[in-house]
Amino acid sequence: MTAPSAETLVLLAVLVPFIGAVIIPLCHAVPNLREAVTLATAGILFAIVCALLTPVLGGARPEAHIINVTPGLALAFKAEPLGMLFALVASSLWIVNSIYSIGYMRANDEPRQTGFYVCFAVAIGSAIGIALSKNLFTLFLFYEALTLSTYPLVIHKGNEEAIRAGRLYLVLLLGTSLVLFLPALIGTYALAGTLDFTPGGILGGKVGAGIIALLLAMFVFGIGKAAVMPFHFWLPAAMVAPTPVSALLHAVAVVKAGVFSILKVVVMIFGVEALSAAGQSLWLTLAAGTTIIAASLVALRQDNLKRRLAYSTVSQLSYVILGAAILAPISLIGAAIHIAAHAVSKITLFFAAGSIHTASHLTEVSQLDGIGRRMPWTMGAFAIGAISMIGIPPAVGFVSKWFILSGAMQTGNWIAVAIIIVSTILNAGYFLPIVYRAFFREPHVGKHHDAPAHGEAPWPIVLALTVTAAGTILLFLMPNVPYALATMMMER
Amino acid sequence: MKAVWPHLPALQVVIPLIGALLAGFMRRGTTAFALALVVSWLMPVIAVCMLWQVLSSGTISYHLGGWEPPWGIEYRVDALNGFVLVLVSVVGAVIMPFARRSVAFEIAAPQRAWFYCMYLLCLTGLLGIAITGDAFNAFVFLEISSLSTYVLIALGPDRRALVAAFQYLIMGTIGATFYVIGVGLLYLLTGTLNMADMAVRLAEAWPGQSPAVIAALTFVTVGVSLKLALFPLHAWLPNAYAYAPSWATAFLAATATKVAIYLLIRFLFSVFGASIDVRALPLSDILMALSVAAMFIASTVAVFERNVKRMLAYSSVAQIGYITLGIALANQAGLTGGLVHIVNHALMKAALFLAVGAVFYRACPMNLTDLAGIGRRMPLTMTAFTIAGFGLVGTPGTSGFISKWYLAIGAIERGWWPLVIAIMASSLLALLYVGRVLEVAWLRKPSPAIADASDPPLSMLLPLLVLALATIYFGIDTEWTAGMASTVAKALLGGVR
Repeated sequence: MTAPSAETLVLLAVLVPFIGAVIIPLCHAVPNLREAVTLATAGILFAIVCALLTPVLGGARPEAHIINVTPGLALAFKAEPLGMLFALVASSLWIVNSIYSIGYMRANDEPRQTGFYVCFAVAIGSAIGIALSKNLFTLFLFYEALTLSTYPLVIHKGNEEAIRAGRLYLVLLLGTSLVLFLPALIGTYALAGTLDFTPGGILGGKVGAGIIALLLAMFVFGIGKAAVMPFHFWLPAAMVAPTPVSALLHAVAVVKAGVFSILKVVVMIFGVEALSAAGQSLWLTLAAGTTIIAASLVALRQDNLKRRLAYSTVSQLSYVILGAAILAPISLIGAAIHIAAHAVSKITLFFAAGSIHTASHLTEVSQLDGIGRRMPWTMGAFAIGAISMIGIPPAVGFVSKWFILSGAMQTGNWIAVAIIIVSTILNAGYFLPIVYRAFFREPHVGKHHDAPAHGEAPWPIVLALTVTAAGTILLFLMPNVPYALATMMMER
Repeated sequence: MKAVWPHLPALQVVIPLIGALLAGFMRRGTTAFALALVVSWLMPVIAVCMLWQVLSSGTISYHLGGWEPPWGIEYRVDALNGFVLVLVSVVGAVIMPFARRSVAFEIAAPQRAWFYCMYLLCLTGLLGIAITGDAFNAFVFLEISSLSTYVLIALGPDRRALVAAFQYLIMGTIGATFYVIGVGLLYLLTGTLNMADMAVRLAEAWPGQSPAVIAALTFVTVGVSLKLALFPLHAWLPNAYAYAPSWATAFLAATATKVAIYLLIRFLFSVFGASIDVRALPLSDILMALSVAAMFIASTVAVFERNVKRMLAYSSVAQIGYITLGIALANQAGLTGGLVHIVNHALMKAALFLAVGAVFYRACPMNLTDLAGIGRRMPLTMTAFTIAGFGLVGTPGTSGFISKWYLAIGAIERGWWPLVIAIMASSLLALLYVGRVLEVAWLRKPSPAIADASDPPLSMLLPLLVLALATIYFGIDTEWTAGMASTVAKALLGGVR
């Protein structure tokens, strides 16, 4: 047997999760087998993505063409550096998240677990489809598939609150994509005559600054998964879902798909030069900055741990958009690395929140006094995630922030510099008190809650969050792969 | 075979007509069903053969009774109506197996054979309108299909079906009257009833915008618009669809309005197109405004409608708006979008109405609240409903997306950017009305009323699933839908001045 060609690998990467989604329900009766299928699928996917990495780093851009839906609209895939970065994030975190899910879903005795794993696999498949899409149409197709496949996960609890959150989720995400994203896509097609992602962009020199501004705004706000204010409400609302789903939304796939799409549109549809020439930096900086600061201010006031994390995500996502808005190559590299950095740090934080919930059923920040003594691994990992969010070494969050900041200084974008400084202070303001409470305050007994004697959460949960926390540090020490991919993204 | 081949156009109409006659003499519903099934399955064979012939060797002209046109009646099949004939006959053939149990459940035994007789007559009328090249002959077939439709609707299980049929009878008659007045005017102007001949003579004798020609155009357009339920002439449709037998609703929604749309396209582009530029008339703007109004107002009504069949009926009015929008755009991409939506909407609306029919067969609910939890009891049925529902929304990967894509490109080509947003915003309304049903069906606790419901037998399930899968298939491979529509649009626009 010869090794499959890179073209086949591209196709396989997209197909494998969907194949997994077909096999999982067949193993419904044997939960251990079912979870083994999930893990095996995740492992195979990761192996495929890693196998693709070598040729892509070597300069190859393998493609797979499926079908021309209409003349000009093709369903086609292509592995390029930025997409590979997102695919790596999604596929590696899927493995960890699956381990965590097994611990979490069983310990909390969640219903409908088969459906959960099926939807999860479909969502990952959609994310890989987004990552490896060759053109904007394919990206849009999988973008919508991702929304639809995560909807059942958001309403997993099935109660009134979950259904309401699901409604908001679906209407806001499908709504923005239908009313803004799709018309922008159609407009791009009408103006450029193609939708293929091309280094350097396809719109450059074809349209005036006014149209560029309009299209860019429609993309930035229409890609609702990036949660730029005012289209961020779905994200905090979706917090009703079980923690592994929150991790999927916040770290593995959904919001990452959003910022990834915006980054890709900026670099490969508009082109950085065209955007600078059209003077688009300022308003995008302000839009991203407003979201960063406002979401941080809201996060400061949240007592519910998961809601605080959710607003932190809203704020952090706009770092990627800020990095794009600065329009300096180095800040764009920072933006791309931030996709990976935020993913691995935020998943650690969510895993920790879920671990606390599983072990002690605590959900509010104010209840967490002294919990670090009972759950040292969990809270240790939480602390690492938190310093990464703030951007302190030795965590990977520092790397991406550094690149974005350098870009802002290079281009003399002082507004962006100010935004980053203020937001860093705010980040510290809402993360450090949690760490302080957990480790340095006495646990208060019997006040609201007869704190039951509990230790750490089940081992798969602890294992998963330790791995991601370690990843947060490791990526700081060795950011080679994300850095190489992000740099190659900027090459023409 | 050789002997039959040249007579295919006549057989397309004569076979269902004879079938209707035979069914009229039958007593038992099952024998009439068997007859209707055989006829329905024969129709697509004939239609596909003719379309193939058209595509390989050009327009077919069949002289009925050997009388030369323009004196005799000519059946004229080109790419446009070949396409419509295939659509109507394929929909009839696919959904026919569903009819046996559904009709047996909803209609009293003595009337069942009568139902199939009326269906065959309706099929005759619809195929006849599509195939004929004679304006007055089209009127005759229009009446055949309408009269049989009134009976089909009146056979509905609910007594309100009678009122709905009567309402449709009044409106339909007004529409037919307008149409025939228009045809009369055209006859006065040109001295011919043959459409192709009419087009030539109009161009020769009445160049420019003669008021008489405009008057004829107006009468025909208004008359046909009533039949195709163009907003605000749609008042007959919601009740008719809501109270007709489930299967008849699915058939009519997929075919009857579509054939009327065909007639409108035929008149606007083939008959009048050669002499006056339809795009320069206020008609184009009026049609555009009414289409957009339909998309928004009918969709909004659907969002608040509690009876699921009525909701789908209002959705039909809105979706017809997309088709007429394509006609109003009258450019290559826009017209392709309108034409392809004729097919796409026919397939998904048939799937939706069949799904509702299957639910009615198993659980007899009427209102939205009765559907609570039905997805868990009838998972395959509701999966089909879900897929077709997302088709209505126009999610990428479904055929609805393809229609909207072409329409949006057409709007941009005309320079009407805001229309692109309007098309998509109305999709959002579709998401609301479809989503409301899906939420109730999948997420609510099953009500005791549907405790023992389950997926229907295979004869009902299969047509439903085939149509739902077609919604996905034609969202990915569009060679036979959009490719064909694009060819037809090119031919139509090529003939326009």
